[in-house]
Parts: sequence; C-alpha cells; structure tokens
Amino acid sequence: MSSVAQKRGFGAALWDWMTTVDHKKIGILYLIGGGFFFVVGGIEAMIIRLQLLKPNNDLVSAGLFNDLITMHGTTMIFLAAMPILFGFMNYIMPLQIGARDVAFPFINSLGFWMFFLGGVFLNVSWFFGQVPDAGWTSYASLSLASTGHGIDFYAIGLQIAGGGTLMGGINFLVTIINMRAPGMTYMRMPLFTWTTFVASAMILFAFPPLTVGLFFLTFDRMFDANFFDHQMGGNTIIWEHIFWIFGHPEVYILILPAFGIFSEIFSIFSRKRLFGYPAMVFATVLIGFLGFMVWAHHMFTVGLGPTANAIFAVATMAIAVPTGVKIFNWLLTIWGGSISVTTPMLYALGFIPSFVMGGVTGVMQGAAPLDYQLHDSYFIVAHFHYVIVGGVVLAILAGVHLYWPKMFGTMLSETLGKITFVFFFVGFHCTFLIQHWLGFWGMPRRVWTYMDGQGWNTANLISSIGALLMAIGVIVMVINIIMTTVKNVRVGNDPWGDGRTLEWAIPSPPPFYNFTQTPLVRGLDTVWIEKQEGNATGLTFAEPVTDIHMPHGSIIPFFMSVGLFIAGFGAMFHQETSWGLPLLIFGLAWTFVAMAMRSLKDDLGYHVTKEEIQRDITNASKGGQN
Amino acid sequence: MMKGLKKWRLFSLLAVLTVFLAGCGQEELSTLLPAGQVGKDQFKLLMLASGIMLFVILVVVAIYVVALIRFRRSKLGEDFIPEQVEGSHKLELVWTIIPIILIIILAVPTVYYTYKLGDVKAMEEVTDDGKAKHLVVDVTAKLYWWEFEYPDLGIVTAQELVVPTKEKIYFNLKAADVKHSFWIPAIGGKMDTNVENLNKFYLTFDKESEGLKDGVFYGKCAELCGPSHSLMDFKVKTLPRDEFNAWAKNMKATEDGNSVANAAGEEVFKQSCIGCHATSGAGEGGSQGPNLASFGDRNRVAGFLKHNEEDLKKWIKNPQKVKPGNTMPSFENQLSEQELDDLTEYLLGLSVEQ
Repeated sequence: MSSVAQKRGFGAALWDWMTTVDHKKIGILYLIGGGFFFVVGGIEAMIIRLQLLKPNNDLVSAGLFNDLITMHGTTMIFLAAMPILFGFMNYIMPLQIGARDVAFPFINSLGFWMFFLGGVFLNVSWFFGQVPDAGWTSYASLSLASTGHGIDFYAIGLQIAGGGTLMGGINFLVTIINMRAPGMTYMRMPLFTWTTFVASAMILFAFPPLTVGLFFLTFDRMFDANFFDHQMGGNTIIWEHIFWIFGHPEVYILILPAFGIFSEIFSIFSRKRLFGYPAMVFATVLIGFLGFMVWAHHMFTVGLGPTANAIFAVATMAIAVPTGVKIFNWLLTIWGGSISVTTPMLYALGFIPSFVMGGVTGVMQGAAPLDYQLHDSYFIVAHFHYVIVGGVVLAILAGVHLYWPKMFGTMLSETLGKITFVFFFVGFHCTFLIQHWLGFWGMPRRVWTYMDGQGWNTANLISSIGALLMAIGVIVMVINIIMTTVKNVRVGNDPWGDGRTLEWAIPSPPPFYNFTQTPLVRGLDTVWIEKQEGNATGLTFAEPVTDIHMPHGSIIPFFMSVGLFIAGFGAMFHQETSWGLPLLIFGLAWTFVAMAMRSLKDDLGYHVTKEEIQRDITNASKGGQN
Repeated sequence: MMKGLKKWRLFSLLAVLTVFLAGCGQEELSTLLPAGQVGKDQFKLLMLASGIMLFVILVVVAIYVVALIRFRRSKLGEDFIPEQVEGSHKLELVWTIIPIILIIILAVPTVYYTYKLGDVKAMEEVTDDGKAKHLVVDVTAKLYWWEFEYPDLGIVTAQELVVPTKEKIYFNLKAADVKHSFWIPAIGGKMDTNVENLNKFYLTFDKESEGLKDGVFYGKCAELCGPSHSLMDFKVKTLPRDEFNAWAKNMKATEDGNSVANAAGEEVFKQSCIGCHATSGAGEGGSQGPNLASFGDRNRVAGFLKHNEEDLKKWIKNPQKVKPGNTMPSFENQLSEQELDDLTEYLLGLSVEQ
C-alpha cells in the first residue's frame, strides 16, 4: 500500500491516511498513535523510577512527580494499551471472520481520530504547564481541589478519547454479529475474535459510566455544579463508584484481547488446536460478566461496611476460576504439541508464569481484610503491573512480532526480537517482583520520595535498574523495526508456516478488499483444515469472483474530531476569558456542520470490478506466492 | 537460549526464597512483623493466601516446564503433526473444581475476618457511671498532618498518636480537606479518611514502642492527597496503660500552662504562632495547625524531619520548601535569627513527659 502512496508524493499520502476508512490502515494508525503514546508513557515511567532511585531524591519536584504518575497511568491505559489492542482488533478481526471491512468504516475512522485528538488534548497539558495531578483515578476530593487546568485536560481529553473507544467497541460488535463469512458460526470464531467480541461488549457497558463521571467532573470544575462537592450536598464516594464501575471492566477490556492474541500464538506455534475451545469461550464470556460484579474491591478501605466487603471479596475470588481454566487450557494446548520457540511464542511462554503471579496476587488482594494492608501500598503497584505488563504489554509485543509480516509483508528479525524479549522480561521481573515486598514493608504507592532508614533503599534501586532494562528492550525493538523496514525482505501469505485462521491464507499485506471472494468456513481453524486436506491455498470460496462494493475515504471524521478538540479548549477557558464561550460554541458548531455534511451528502461508494480482481488473482499466482 | 531462561528461572526462584526469608522489613513499619491483633489476623490471612497461591504457581510451573521439555519441535522433528485434541471434559472439570475448593478455603476465613475486623459495636458501650468503656480516638487528616483527639479524656494532640497497649482502641476517621488514608503498617490495615462521613474501626497495639529504633511505630498516609502526600507521616507511641494515664493527665494539665524553656520564645510564639497552634493539650480538635502541647516529646518535626533545632528552624523559615502545598505560611522574613533561636528553644521545651 505504501509503495503506491509514495509515488503520489508525501502530501497525497498524508491525505490518503487522513481520509482512509480501510480497517487495515486504521489499524496501523491505531498502532502508530498507540505506539507514540506508549513511548511517552514509558519516558514518564523512567523519570518516576529515576526519582525513586534513592531516598530523599529531588530530581523532580513533588508537584511534577504527581503530574508524572497521573499522566503515566492515564497515558498507558487509555492512550497506549487500548489503542494498540484496537489496532490489532481493527486489522486482524475482520480478516479472521472473512469480512471485507468493519461494519461502519466511517465510524471506525471517526473513532480513531477522536482517540488521537483526545490523547493529544490530554498531553497538550504539558505545554500549558498545568498537568493532571490527581492520579489516573482522579478521586474527586483531590481532583476538585487541584488548582490550574490539569484536571480539566484530564476530564475533556478522556471524554473525547473515550467517545472514540465507545464507537470502536460498538463497531466491532456489529461487525462480528453481522459480517462473518458463510460457515463462520460463533463457535468457529478464532479466539482473538471472541475476545474482541467480549471486550467490545464490555466497552459498550463500561464506557458510558466513565462518560457520565467525566461529565460530572467537567460540570463541577468548569460549570459550578456540585456532584462531588460534599459541602454542597455532593458526594466524593460516588466518583469512586462510577470510576471503578468503569475502571474494573476496563482492565478486562485490556486483558481479554491479550488472552486472544496468546491463544492464537499457542495454537500456531504448537501446531495444535486450542485445547478445550468451548471452555475457553465460556471462560471469556464469564470473565466479561464477572468483571462488572467486582468494582468495589478497589474500595475495600473506603468504609463500605463488612457485608459489602465480604460480598465483593468472594465475587473477586470467583474470577480466578475462569482465569485458571484459561491458563490450564493453554498449558494443555502446548502439551502434546510441537512447540517452536519463535519470538511471539517466547512472549507467550513468558506470559504464563508472569500472568499467573499477577493473577494470584489479585486473589490475595481480593481477601478484603488482607487488602486493608496491601491496598494503596507498593504491593498493588506490583500486582497491576504484573497483570498489565506481564499480560497486556507482553501480548502487544507478541502481537507486533506475530502480525508484523501480515501487516507490512516483511518479518521482524527473530534474533533482535529475542534480545528484546530477554531485556524486557528480565527487566520487568526485576522492576516489579521486589515491589511486592516494598508493599509488605510499609511503602505507600504514589510517593514522590521516601526517607532514608526505612529499609526501602536497596529494593527501590533494584526496581529502577529493572526499569532501565525494560527501556533497553523497547529500544532494541525500535531498532529492529527500523532495520526490518529498510531491508524489506518480502514474505508470502503464511510466513510462520503454521497459520490456522483466514488471515494467513491471503497475501501479506492483504489487498485493500481483503478477500478476492468471500471464503467458506468449514470449521474452527479453517485454513488448517483445508491445508490438512490437501488444499494448499487454505481457502475454499463461497462465491464466484464478482464486483466488490467498497466505501470512499472521507476527511469528515477528522474534521468532526477537530471540532470537539477546539470545543474542549473553549469549555476549559470559558470562565476566565471572554473568548472561551464563543470558542466552545464554534467548536461544537463545527462538529455539527461536519455531521450534517456527512448526513446530507450521498456517498454510495464504488465498485472494484471483476476484471481488476481477476487480474490481481493472476498476478498473485504468477508472483509464486503460496 | 531456552536453557539460559530455565536457569534464570531457577535462580529467580531461589532469589525469591532468599528475599522471602530475609525480607521481613523493619519492626516499626513492616506488615510482616505485626505488633497488634488486627495486623496478626491479616498476617495469618496473608500466609494462608500465599500458601495457596504458591501451590497454584508450583502446579502451573511444573506442567509448563515438563511440556516445554517434552514437546519441543527440535526434538519431535520438523514434520511432526500433533494430534488435534479438542479437549477433555474430565480434565477441565478437575481444573474448575480444584480452584473452586481452593477459593472456598480462602473465602471462609476472609469473610470471618471481614466481619471480625469490621465489628465496632463496642464503641458505644458505656460503664455504669456513663463513661465510655473503650478508648476512642478521633482522627482528623488535614493537608499533610494528623490530629488526634481523645473526646472522653478531653485532650487533643497531633502528629504523634499516643495509645495504651493491650486493649482495643477505636478510631473515628475523617478528613478535613481532601481524602487521606490512615495506615499504621505494623499494627494493622488502613482505612480511608473520607471528607463526607465518619469511618470507624479498631486496632490493638500489643507491643510497647519504647524498644523500637526510634521509640515509635511509623504511620503513613496511603491515599494520594497532593504534592506532599509522601511526607504525610505520623508516629505512634504505645505505652502501658498506667503510663498512658499519666500522659493523659499531664496533657490535661497543660490547660494551666505548659513548661516554658525560653520566656522570650514564648513571647514570639504568642505574637506569631498562637493564631493557628495551641500549646494546651486540653480541649477539642479542629484547629488550624497541629497542637504543640507535647511538641518537645515528639520524634519528628513536620512528621518527617529530624527532631532538632536546625531542622525546626528550616521548617519555620520556609515550610513550603520543605512540604509543598501545606497551609503554614513562611516566617523567613518575619522573625529575626534571635527570635528564631528563642522560639525553637521554647518549642523543643514543650513537654509533658518529664
């Protein structure tokens, strides 16, 4: 795709990417945007660990430290992990179900631009010197007391980005429900598609509470409402409930697609069908359901009373059961398989012990009375980094190596990939394992510095060294990506050799219409089945070659998002400046005009003709690709 | 490559074990060396949970290692196509039911302790002559300092909680500005101080703090509350009941005047400090700044600085520099060096423990 774009010059290429509604390009945009914010959040993490390197350190001021932890958490969750996973969902899921695109390509583009501009909005706060500083949870009493516009950036930035996420989630749901190829029943969907499905359903129910909470916060701070101001009859605990009713499902929204990626990897690199597929699907759905039942375990020390605490404690522990089922099913997938330790598989193998450790500490904190000690100590910091880095980030890195050849038609270096893994994996355990003990030894989280003589010095030093190793790992990966792109050795349809699902039966990168003809799905791991039965292409088609109906690109999604971006600044400054209110109205009007344009303009798309497709098929077979 | 990885794993397991055995932390602030019944209950739960969890980890790692050794493609040959097993209901039942059993083993004591530690009914109990049966302390968390009021004794102190050992002490917890969280790691788990409601819980202090490194247990604020969250420490002095009674009596007696180490310093105090700080330990809480009746007996200045003249002066001169975001104004340009000397001598002389 890029070679065509480059011939048209940079401006045309930029225009192409800004107007694209192709799920594959939007997927790549998500990866680039998420990757950018991942680096930003990583730099913030490095500064945090440098500050905590030794006692009484004053590398950064107390205020700046709170800015850093807030932005690190917010960036990593909302702007790095979610978008990168969205990138994979966007790119891979439609291919896995044999679709030509997602159900609403226009909304897909809108979702991306809202995420990206929301993320930019949040990070612009650094240039204003007024940065969110109440933690990523932004608990109400502190976030209302926070001076400057920091929390305003948080509330509005996340509002815009969150809207994009919600649209993305709905889009995936509709896509999976409606656009599966003939024969692709629910119980034949690859597990990554299943986890995308469940995560999207969770987005549908989890993000509206966040939207409401953020609006309350926005109204409180910018429009003199009193939802959370207890002196005016408001209640700060309400924010905690709203935040965690969103926040807990959010962590499952992150981890389920990660589970999906690993399920694909275990299966491909063991050359074996996923063990207990129906149980895996059921466990995924159950985790998604239980994920909404346990939010108050973040609030055991708030004083909800023993009955509430006991109920939420037991509910929390119950989640360990379906998660355990998944772990053992993965183990039994590799058991009796033929394990090839490629880079993606290395990440998957590293994931199992790491995630199990993160999971069991989660159960420990589910025991409410024990949580009274562990809550808000470094133990919880260790726990959630074990599940998010040891689960989600390892999955992202694994996914990057696994799907890179599919997305860009060239393989990342296996050697550099393994070096990345070793640095990252060793660094990760070095950073976070010791933090469990820091928690036991009484170190609260979110501390800017600590006094000497509390027995925490060595452990913090070890932790900071680990962070450095992780950074080296990521740098090696960036080098790997650059080298691979420069070398650009082309690969065929199935570069790993054991692809089992539809995406591995089409060219790498796939043509913009994905499938020349809609495939027929004959079972779970349909490509594997076809190949075992002697069909070397891995595909059986459900239709003859016909014209393909495709949507036009559009710049309107970008404009809609820009309008919201502008309106955000208007809302933020409307109390202290005279131009704030007009700007707010202007921004919203801009968005409405863009929406009206979308509604009034008839865009029926275009057709890729039979002849063109026939030509592509001939070219592909001449190119000698398998 | 994988060989190195496996060795590394073994090494890390050993390292974990070493850290586990050696790493109990420091007596005055480690949850692993509990010095009160609540902390001990929580520690028991920690041990039970850790045991179960280590068992789970061992089982997973065992299957994992065996699978990795036995089923490598390098061993099985490039062309080997494994049997495409669909699953096994029996096995799946096993790893559903065993975790459920493990969870029940953990859930029962969890629920028991949740109710046990949440039981504060005794707080309201009174003796025949209408006095409260148990000691109740009202804790108010304010921007970076702690106020401790003993409503039944009619005294108030700050930054250093003083309590008798070997009995249940009940706490009313509240925040005056933003949310904080009250945590004495070595004694028991934390509870939040909310802005809109009173939280209640109890702790017991089994051990006298006298033998500890600084003669006190360490207390922490565990909820992000602004720039100086990490500096919002307090200390806990635990005394035998009779010594506690004596302390309370002396505190009450400061009503009629405290010890004066430097009369000129007292004058400075009356001009510059008394608007926010009281030197009488008798009365109620709710003051603008920490009560200083027993300032000379304390372990730290501002909760974390060394308790000496130099650091006290540093604090008075520019509190914002030391503890950003606190509400005390700077006295750098308002007091002469001489006045500062007098004031610090006077403050360090404020004592109820002769």
